[in-house]
Amino acid sequence: MPADESTDDVSTSPASADPVSPNGRPDTSEASGSREDSSGDAPTVHPKLEIEDLHFWYDNGGTHALQGISMDVQPHRVTALIGPSGCGKSTLLRCLNRMNELIQGTTLEGTILVDGQDIYAEDTDPVMVRRRVGMVFQKPNPFPKTIYKNVAWGAEINGYTGDLDALVERSLRQAALWDEVKDQLHSHATNLSGGQQQRLCIARTLAVQPDVVLMDEPASALDPIATSKIEETITELKEDYTIVIVTHNMQQASRISDETAFLYMGRLIEMNPTDQLFTRPEKDRTEAYVTGRFG
Amino acid sequence: MEPSPNGTFELRRSQRKRVGMILAGVLFLATIFGIVVLVALLVDVILTAAPWLDAQFVRSFPSRTPGEAGVWSALMGTLWLMGLTALISVPLGVASAVYLEEYAQDGWFLRLIRVNIANLAGVPSVVYGILGLALFVRFVSLGSSLLAGALTLSLLILPIIIISTQEALRSVPSGVRESAYALGATRWQVIQSHVLPMAAPGIMTGVILALSRAIGETAPLILVGALTFVSFVPQGALDQFTALPIQIFNWAARPQDEFRALAAAAIVVLMMLLFTMNLTAILLRNYFEERRAGS
Repeated sequence: MPADESTDDVSTSPASADPVSPNGRPDTSEASGSREDSSGDAPTVHPKLEIEDLHFWYDNGGTHALQGISMDVQPHRVTALIGPSGCGKSTLLRCLNRMNELIQGTTLEGTILVDGQDIYAEDTDPVMVRRRVGMVFQKPNPFPKTIYKNVAWGAEINGYTGDLDALVERSLRQAALWDEVKDQLHSHATNLSGGQQQRLCIARTLAVQPDVVLMDEPASALDPIATSKIEETITELKEDYTIVIVTHNMQQASRISDETAFLYMGRLIEMNPTDQLFTRPEKDRTEAYVTGRFG
Repeated sequence: MEPSPNGTFELRRSQRKRVGMILAGVLFLATIFGIVVLVALLVDVILTAAPWLDAQFVRSFPSRTPGEAGVWSALMGTLWLMGLTALISVPLGVASAVYLEEYAQDGWFLRLIRVNIANLAGVPSVVYGILGLALFVRFVSLGSSLLAGALTLSLLILPIIIISTQEALRSVPSGVRESAYALGATRWQVIQSHVLPMAAPGIMTGVILALSRAIGETAPLILVGALTFVSFVPQGALDQFTALPIQIFNWAARPQDEFRALAAAAIVVLMMLLFTMNLTAILLRNYFEERRAGS
């Protein structure tokens, strides 16, 4: 896994490369150039996600929700998106697996690459994109089926041919739910508590073996104990997955994420390693937000 | 300058309470009025019908002698008609609703269709009868057959089924849809595995309502050419037929008191049939709901 210390250097903190970059990050070509320069002997790590001048509109062009976002997401990292309500963080997240297409009257411009592949290209099937880029939603929303079925369904529809029981067990273990439900796999998922349901939703997402897991405020509907369990789970998951998480809880962002992007009014204000963004923010606006002076 | 609200409160509690009690009484009377009239009607019909209601009445063909007359051909005609109508209208109606809700893109065409369906639900049944006569009896040359009658009744209840199915589909939580899509499901996989099962109870309710409307329809069947005096049971969908409402209409129009009592007896049979249909559908619906809610 490349998630060792050396990747910290190559994770293109724009602070070192270009401290006054308007979007918190220089454009991709420069970024990859400077990355190679600064990393020197370390192997080049290609970003998992490359977002390039992304614009997004709701209401048939009436609302310009994302206004030229460019950022990279590194593999095997937890990247947090923070910002006040309505800043576009959830919209950005949902662009990453083409969920926004399900809403009528939306338009997208710009490119998003996953492993170098344009997910909005003409010949890219959104179904295949979503299989690779999974998503956990804000509200726990298990299917009204058994626990087992919840986890197995995604694998089944994607033509999984292996041992389904083993897959269900592994997914539930990864989501730290196995021990609590192993004796009631065939009971109904709605009988679980809210926190358990959310971990079931995580297990369900992992069962289709995505590369990237998007999480949209996954713990905001949960109590503190359930929240800390979800956070633990997320930290363990980054070994196998790349995680992008939207949160309005700044403590949570600082606890679990490696990098944080601060969005405001549809623009990316700053993206930096989490500890830096919270302790030494580059932009006044970021500082005002993370210190609680606005937002 | 601060506003200085210096009015006093006149609570008038007893007066407000009195108004509330009077209104509660009025609402109760409104409820009881409908129920009393209905019960009176039922009691009257059942009392008139009672001497004639026996197995012989159910199992006999109509006759010129009131004592030997029965509803067997009408009952069988109605059962055939309902079966065929359900077979035709439910798949068509559910399919249309699924298309309109899940596939169609919002636009003037969709809005036009929606408005028209809503209007069609309000068209008088006799108009459908004329349409059925011109289209199915004459143009398609089905003659005055069960199939022509069932097709006409299907047209009549299609709008009801479509509208109630659309409502049921709309009530499926969007979270379930989204999370299914996020696992890499295709539109049809989402509909088949989640949306339709969750909407099933609502769809069932719509189908019950629609068939209950169809079972009592007389005018369109008269126009399509249902017979009034039938001493055979239909053997196939292209046979001529009569139905219970027509038999009732025929008997009720005769001057003799005995035949009017027979009409009452036939009404009781029709109501029992309706009651059985509704009960079956409610049991089915509860079964689906239970399966959805889990044990």
